[in-house]
Amino acid sequence: MTALTVAARPQRDAGLRPVPWRRMAWVTWRQHRFALAGVAALLGALAVYLWLAGLHLHHAYAVATACRPVNSDACQMMLSNINGPAAEIIAVLLQAVPAMIGAFVGGPVLARELETGTFRFAWTQGVGRWRWALAKLVLLAVAVAAAAGAFSVLFSWYFQPYLADGWQIPLAPIVFDLRGVAFAGWTLAAFSIGALAGMLIRRVVPAIGATLAVYAGLILAVGLYLRQHYMTPLLTSSPNVPGQAWIISQWWTRGGRPVSQSVIDQVLQSAPQQVAGKGGIPKSPGVTQYLIQHGYLHWTSYQPAGRFWPFQWIEGGWLLALSVLLIAVTVWLVRRRAA
Amino acid sequence: MNMNMIETSGLGKRYGTTWALRECTLAIPAGHVTALVGPNGAGKTTLLNLAVGLAEPSAGRVTVLGGRPAGSPAALDGIAFVAQDMPLYKNLPAADLLHLTRNLNRRFDRSYAEARLADLGIPLKRKAGRLSGGQQAQLALTLALARRPRLLVLDEPVAMLDPVARHDFMAIVLTAMADDGVSVVLSSHVLAELERVADYLILLSRGRVQVAGEVEDLLASHRLLTGPAAGADRYAERPVVHVRRAEAQAHLLVRAGPDDPVPPGFQSHPVGLEELALAYLREPGAAALPGPARGQNAQPTGVTR
Repeated sequence: MTALTVAARPQRDAGLRPVPWRRMAWVTWRQHRFALAGVAALLGALAVYLWLAGLHLHHAYAVATACRPVNSDACQMMLSNINGPAAEIIAVLLQAVPAMIGAFVGGPVLARELETGTFRFAWTQGVGRWRWALAKLVLLAVAVAAAAGAFSVLFSWYFQPYLADGWQIPLAPIVFDLRGVAFAGWTLAAFSIGALAGMLIRRVVPAIGATLAVYAGLILAVGLYLRQHYMTPLLTSSPNVPGQAWIISQWWTRGGRPVSQSVIDQVLQSAPQQVAGKGGIPKSPGVTQYLIQHGYLHWTSYQPAGRFWPFQWIEGGWLLALSVLLIAVTVWLVRRRAA
Repeated sequence: MNMNMIETSGLGKRYGTTWALRECTLAIPAGHVTALVGPNGAGKTTLLNLAVGLAEPSAGRVTVLGGRPAGSPAALDGIAFVAQDMPLYKNLPAADLLHLTRNLNRRFDRSYAEARLADLGIPLKRKAGRLSGGQQAQLALTLALARRPRLLVLDEPVAMLDPVARHDFMAIVLTAMADDGVSVVLSSHVLAELERVADYLILLSRGRVQVAGEVEDLLASHRLLTGPAAGADRYAERPVVHVRRAEAQAHLLVRAGPDDPVPPGFQSHPVGLEELALAYLREPGAAALPGPARGQNAQPTGVTR
């Protein structure tokens, strides 16, 4: 056999050409086509719904905006009828889609191999285990992110009337991460979390559960605490905050010093009945005018709607970086892991 | 062939605080069917996992195919491994497993694989999970051999198989060995099977190498002495590996050649591989390792007790 001649010159191994990457594409497709078909079915079904609901919505919106005179009760009624809870429910439900894709596609990629023992087959083939892992994870990550990106384009189209009529604001938590590049970014991050969880936990079902939990914690933390700090909020003391701005916080000052809400309440107690009304509703224009006349300033910190795309690129950017890091750690663990 | 298919020096693997394998120094030469024998937990699977790169050594080093680091691309390219319990993608049909393996390797002899499966009567369209245990083993072996490896590593290949499937499986291994010069390392605790196929024996016990050598040499250097039980204790001419007593008779496995003197009242018999292995397995303290003259390993020759 050729064994002897090859062994006598091991330096020839330096020129050993690795298995071409493209071969891994078939392997990945063959082994994960059911997961990918599941993603396609889920997004496809939602897309059909959004398409039909969107056609209806856009038609109703066109009719409502064509209504004259604009300020008549009938026209206002038409416009407000468009804004229903259905759209909000859809937006909330869609929040779960990246998590599902991440958990059910990303979680099993490595966990199933480790759970059933097939990694001992896969990792001893000529392709080598880290190339095997890298190819699979990158191909699947690109596939799910692309599908999510395409879906979010459709969602943006569907949701447009709600933003146009001012009912929803583009930076609002449940809408922001369904549009632009954020939806693809979150799907990618969920997939990467799933892959790493599968590698660490080594069992499919616990890996899926852990992925859902970690993803939910991350997206809540980002929505509640992180996203508002992407750029320094703008500050205004004008009672007229620009339309569709994402309001971060509001407070009163007098003579440059902050005034607590209890002081404001006391001031309103002594205000004339016709201004404060019963119990006092501080946000009504009359009350604000009254307080401003008495030397109080109403401050608002906010993120203007025009920052939608900068925010999208910031969020998409760090989600991409996080995903690359998680996938790199996963591949490193595959390379390192002892059987 | 003077190349070593697997060579280890001071190799050890620790899981937590337990050493699954330690101070393992051996050289498995090319051109042999090497049997790796030992009781459960002796470190057989650990040694094979280290050799195919599935595990990283905690101590020492292991090279394969004449000096290549285990687990390196060059090593993986020339070694085909069939793990314990034949892990295959159960949801894939045999044809897809063939295609999968082809895509995961630089070389894959598709016509060989298809011809083999046709001979075995394994339908290409049937999912691996729906094949019988024997067929799954044959499929796993076919996938491994179609890679045209220089070294075939089998971890407990026949443990799950019935005697007929066991025989068929080993027949294919031996054919590959004879036709293509594939070296084979297989672990097993089915001793009877090894007698027929193995020509090199490595016996592991409690994570250490106890016996290593060519079967021919081992059999030529051991004799079984049978005689009165009373005489067994007085025997001191040659090192005794193991004494088995039955009624008034004693059976001594000794390190001796056919021409060595036999004590009065005793008869000297040649020993079989199974008998030899069993004797050593029952005496974990005894060892028979290649001496410095025979290989790269500086290990004391003879028996220690």
